[in-house]
Amino acid sequence: MENERYSLNKQLAQMLKGGVIMDVTTPEQARIAQEAGACAVMALERIPADIRAAGGVSRMSDPKMIRGIQEAVSIPVMAKCRIGHFVEAQILEAIEIDYIDESEVLSPADDRYHIDKTQFKVPFVCGARDLGEALRRVNEGASMIRTKGEPGTGDIVQAVRHMRMMQQEIRRLTSMSKDELFDAAKTLQVPYELVQYVAENGKLPVVNFAAGGVATPADAALMMQLGAEGVFVGSGIFKSGDPAKRAAAIVKAVTNFTDSKLLAELSEDLGEAMVGINEQEITLLMAERGK
Amino acid sequence: MRTAVLAVQGAFIEHERRMRELGAECFEIRQKRDLDQPFDGLILPGGESTVMRKLLHELDLFETLLERIKSGMPVFGTCAGLLLLARNVENAESFVPCFATMDLTARRNAYGRQLGSFHAEEPFGTLGKVPMTFIRAPFIESVGPKVEVLARVDGKIAAARQGNQLVTAFHPELDPDLRIHAMFCEMMRGRGKTDEKPA
Repeated sequence: MENERYSLNKQLAQMLKGGVIMDVTTPEQARIAQEAGACAVMALERIPADIRAAGGVSRMSDPKMIRGIQEAVSIPVMAKCRIGHFVEAQILEAIEIDYIDESEVLSPADDRYHIDKTQFKVPFVCGARDLGEALRRVNEGASMIRTKGEPGTGDIVQAVRHMRMMQQEIRRLTSMSKDELFDAAKTLQVPYELVQYVAENGKLPVVNFAAGGVATPADAALMMQLGAEGVFVGSGIFKSGDPAKRAAAIVKAVTNFTDSKLLAELSEDLGEAMVGINEQEITLLMAERGK
Repeated sequence: MRTAVLAVQGAFIEHERRMRELGAECFEIRQKRDLDQPFDGLILPGGESTVMRKLLHELDLFETLLERIKSGMPVFGTCAGLLLLARNVENAESFVPCFATMDLTARRNAYGRQLGSFHAEEPFGTLGKVPMTFIRAPFIESVGPKVEVLARVDGKIAAARQGNQLVTAFHPELDPDLRIHAMFCEMMRGRGKTDEKPA
């Protein structure tokens, strides 16, 4: 039964809530992440900052490398495939990945269509900059959403923009009359049922995480206070001076995201943060990929 | 009657919703000062057991909660919560027992990865058939003499009780059926079996 599988996949995302999902490139980093309290890891060959630096076409990671990480940890393991590259997704499903990220961090394989995620048993998470993108991805079968942010920059501004936009649009729907909702569905280019769900519940029909540019415990807590249900941290950890300590601090910041005293303690002595690049300094906006 | 819900990570809001539907008051435990409030029972939700175990220690919650559990306060653990209460956990190099107050051996990620997650409906204690959602679930391999087995799925133990400790390998908080949460409320009201303290 297709629907039962989809609920189970949405429910796995529910178990990840209040947690931090960390990008890792080796089994050793995966163990450090698990030890630091990651609720899942994202296995990839290069972290976004290095993908950005290297340029060129960026693809799904070597399955052998992903399997090495699956063997190293007991927490869920996610991996990325290119937008629209359903064969990469089939390969990731074949190695029993726990979650596929159809990700704008990699070079898109299709400039028009996303993967028909309803054809898969394995769950998908997708990036979104606003409510329309989020609901279009859900309609295609995504069982979890994250902000796109701007990966590999250490700059939080885009993740903030995307989360604020989504929350603002969700609040707007909750105050609409039914006839207005029909029109909203048209504008957002999504089925009426999804719009109706958001209007009635004041939230997305799936779990919504923050991603892209999170580099400090304060960044993570900021995203949680803006309404994220958990946080992805990519380059922010393993591009910093003391990854294990920073990772553990971000985990605690997500649990107690409103306690400013604790956040102050957690922000102490973390060593060098990733250097980062401002959005004005980059030429490639990954968030523009896949709409 | 107030229920504390461990809220360091995972699906704690779902438990709070179920409890509120039953008219029970609950609050979240995220740090040590939350333990100053009075409470009659504790829910350990689903999520990642490695994360919860680590945060229980690092946020200095472990000792107080262990004492309360040992003193017979009702506790309800689902999935990861079951692993936190198990005396032994197999198949988990990275997971050492946490509270270890229930005399049973659990197997972590016993059904494999997410593709092994499933839904079932099986008999549970005296409640009849209940919906059971298993997400990267553990099962219970063996139980000690003081542990009552409440449910089996495909021959594997999926729920058990020892005195005031109730555990399920599945997630009753994800299905609309309220009977298992109601059973826990009964335990908190002291009408359940309270004679048996954890060994």
